[in-house]
Amino acid sequence: MRSLNRTGNVVLGIAVLIAVWQLIVAIGKYDVSLLPPPLLVAEGIAELVKNGTLAQHMGISLMRFAAGYLSACAAAVTAGLALGQLPRVWRLFDPIVQLIRPVSPIAWSPFIVLWFGIGNAPAIVIIFLAAFFPVLLSTVSGMRKVDPTHAKVARNLEMGRMAFLTKIVLPSAFPTIANGLHIAIGTSWIFLVSGEMVGSQSGLGYLIVDSRNTLRLDLVLAGIICIGLFGLLLDRLVGLLETWVGKHWGIVRQ
Amino acid sequence: MEPIIRVDRASKSYRNAKSSEKVLQDLSFEIGQGEIVAILGPSGCGKSTLLNLIGGFERADEGRVLFEGRPVERPTRQCVMIFQNYGLLPWRTVRKNVEIGLEPSGYTAAERKERASAYVDLVGLSDRIDHFPHQLSGGMQQRVALARALAIDPKAVLMDEPFGALDTFNRYHLQNELLRLQNGQGLTVVIVTHDIDEAVFLADRILVMESAPGRIRKEIRIPDAKPRDRGSTQFQHYRKLIFDLFHLSGTDDDPEFTI
Repeated sequence: MRSLNRTGNVVLGIAVLIAVWQLIVAIGKYDVSLLPPPLLVAEGIAELVKNGTLAQHMGISLMRFAAGYLSACAAAVTAGLALGQLPRVWRLFDPIVQLIRPVSPIAWSPFIVLWFGIGNAPAIVIIFLAAFFPVLLSTVSGMRKVDPTHAKVARNLEMGRMAFLTKIVLPSAFPTIANGLHIAIGTSWIFLVSGEMVGSQSGLGYLIVDSRNTLRLDLVLAGIICIGLFGLLLDRLVGLLETWVGKHWGIVRQ
Repeated sequence: MEPIIRVDRASKSYRNAKSSEKVLQDLSFEIGQGEIVAILGPSGCGKSTLLNLIGGFERADEGRVLFEGRPVERPTRQCVMIFQNYGLLPWRTVRKNVEIGLEPSGYTAAERKERASAYVDLVGLSDRIDHFPHQLSGGMQQRVALARALAIDPKAVLMDEPFGALDTFNRYHLQNELLRLQNGQGLTVVIVTHDIDEAVFLADRILVMESAPGRIRKEIRIPDAKPRDRGSTQFQHYRKLIFDLFHLSGTDDDPEFTI
């Protein structure tokens, strides 16, 4: 009943959005090239689906996203685990991270293109940068989340350093790390599009740039809608994964 | 009887930037093999600190603590602490919580599983073995903590107000259980409590502490056979003894109640 209600809300929300959009188009009588009406955009999406352009760009984008996001997660969790163990080194790294973190990965794009060339690499590097810092910071802070009693239990059981890390520290840090992974999937998906506007000839970001260049604003909107939908789906997917893992690890989600 | 635990003129202070507070002053006592000793006292008398010293979680500033004749330098598997909030790992099931103590000790996976099952069975939780701690009541969590401690076959168990968070019925029930388990294994138990009934019911000997700084005020030996009848006049006698001890000023005890 509850999930039915939620689906109902989603459908209703989207319907309201489309209605308002159509209303603005009808009242404002804007030029089609300035604000394409919903039907035209729907036709645009249908066209992109039919001729396979969408699937092709989407596939490439998802591949880049997976490459950038997963490598960033692996690198950031590994680095975070190491740095979390070495508080003195982390005190050195922390200010550097704080300095780099607020810089949008796009700002690096001139260097990225120079160092990594064009094609898949710039987009992957930008997604990597976008995902790396939230995961790193949450991993390091998660490492400090060990319950003092659990640490005492481990000492009492004469647990070795490695066992302590894998059996106590990592599971304790897991909810915080998962939170970082979740946040990172959102931010890096946002930067996917910008990444693909830099030196690529394919992907959803390129689809938008290309459609703009050919003045097909209906296709620009179609691209935007696809990006939004897939972002939502990814987020939900991670949410489901988290719940599943949580259930198996006995963690109750508030 | 050869003492398993010996505390010899131990003192402990906590210092911060401004001041130093003496938590324990010049404590000396022995605990025999297989004995149940209750450390009884009001909050803040340093009884938990004392338990931490015995368990090796903290070091005494002066004096020493010996376990089987050797100075205690760090916590060991010989002497297991059961914590006030149980210290169960929330991401592990009951079985896995009990198994964690067995993981480094050379058991095969099958032996570990079997041993964990046996101890979960011993505390009467076989039907909950695949539950997570958050699915259990406080009393059941306490049993799991007990099973985990007993499974590694320690010589002594230290309990820090183990039944404090439980309701009266559960508390009485678990106290009976503890006696049954302790008796079966010939275990030495040191139990810190502020519950006078608990001390009288469980202990062979009660060390009554007073605070600021923490000292042992009196040692009460209770030779009565266990399990004891909580309603008996003997039981009431010991309760009154302790009540008087806390209500009267410390210096001149009524000679009738001095042991």
